[in-house]
Amino acid sequence: MHRFANPARFLRIANAVLPWAAGLSAVCFAAGLYLGLLVSPPDYQQGDTVRIMYIHVPAAWMGMFTYSTMAVAAAAALVWKHPLAEVYAKAAAPLGAGFTALCLLTGSLWGAPMWGTWWVWDARLTSVLVLFFLYLGYMALVDAFDDPARGNKAGNILLLVGAVNVPIIKFSVEWWNTLHQPASVFRLGGPTIAASMLWPLLLMAVAFQSYFFAVVILRIRAGLAARRVQTLRLGQAN
Amino acid sequence: MLRLILRDLRLVLRQGSDATAALMFFVLCVVLFPFGVGPEPNVLTRIAPGVLLIAALLAALLSMERLFQGDFEDGSLELLLLSPLPAEGVAIAKVAAHWLVTGVPLMIVAPLLALLLRMPADQLGLLVGTLALTTPLLSLIGAVGAALTLGARRSGVLLPLLVLPLYIPVLIFAAAGLDAGLSGLSPRPHLLLLGGMLCGALVLAPLAIAAALRAAHE
Repeated sequence: MHRFANPARFLRIANAVLPWAAGLSAVCFAAGLYLGLLVSPPDYQQGDTVRIMYIHVPAAWMGMFTYSTMAVAAAAALVWKHPLAEVYAKAAAPLGAGFTALCLLTGSLWGAPMWGTWWVWDARLTSVLVLFFLYLGYMALVDAFDDPARGNKAGNILLLVGAVNVPIIKFSVEWWNTLHQPASVFRLGGPTIAASMLWPLLLMAVAFQSYFFAVVILRIRAGLAARRVQTLRLGQAN
Repeated sequence: MLRLILRDLRLVLRQGSDATAALMFFVLCVVLFPFGVGPEPNVLTRIAPGVLLIAALLAALLSMERLFQGDFEDGSLELLLLSPLPAEGVAIAKVAAHWLVTGVPLMIVAPLLALLLRMPADQLGLLVGTLALTTPLLSLIGAVGAALTLGARRSGVLLPLLVLPLYIPVLIFAAAGLDAGLSGLSPRPHLLLLGGMLCGALVLAPLAIAAALRAAHE
């Protein structure tokens, strides 16, 4: 990890990865949406509304993935003062908030015809809503200080405090007997979902993931450039 | 550490206004509800636990902003951090003082307000017990937010934004415990979960508060 602490080396690798991530994302989105929306069969109970899942589930995974990686980056920034980790956490936050919002929105759209309600206060929905607020709180906190280093540090501590929520989201459907269905892909004994639906779902997951990588690299690049501009300005002022 | 707690208590007793303001806020907030939803006894009994808990939560939040602010502005926080007492100790002492000043009076007033809200008298013990677990949790979690927002712009708006989502689990289990008591079920599992949360927060929150205080001090 420390090998990539040097921004120049990181940028060299990231710039090489960027077109591949963007291309992979475009291909997987096209294939996943085609398979998911047109080829895969409608569910025997849910009918065509099952197709919302191909957006909802990857968005939920990404919302959790983004927060977990941000929390790890926050720990790395606090412990080793890793210079890129803070830039990463700051770059990933709006993406994670977007994924979480997308997950909540599509879940709500699915719930209206299936559960007969837009929203229920069950454990999974509530904990994901808390995750969304944590993202917003982090972004507001980081921007609230005149000294960016102080904002980053406060944000990192908040990220670690909020990390308590991640296992709660993951296991909320097992600890509490709620309306949200339990996990059907990542479970002991293999997935319980039909292959014709699993493939488009996995393609969409790869598409979301590579989209995230492409955009986060762009945002880290912008963050590093902003830092450089700031140091140059400070140098000029002296 | 004890001396720090006593110092904070003395400060509050001599100034007086902050702690009593939070308590008055709690009382007025609860008293508003019968006007808002109508004085029907059944409705009041049904919403009493939630109203009391949310009012307690907001009252804790209201007094939270001043927790480190005064010490931060006049520089005594810096001296405290430089003293041989570790920052975690400072954090625990400040939180303990905050809880003694806001949490404990709240627990004393809450049963009276519960009677105004037509809560059955045999539930008052449960109410005080639940608040005894809830208010220190509110102080601990809120202090993390207060330490993080030290010196921030718009910290008054920022603090609720950070802290309220973290209060949600506390509110859920405290309300579930009180509701279980009202409907004749055992509140034990909810209270045990609250107790577990309190144990966890007692260990983890001071670490986070201390880290945030050190960050503010730099």
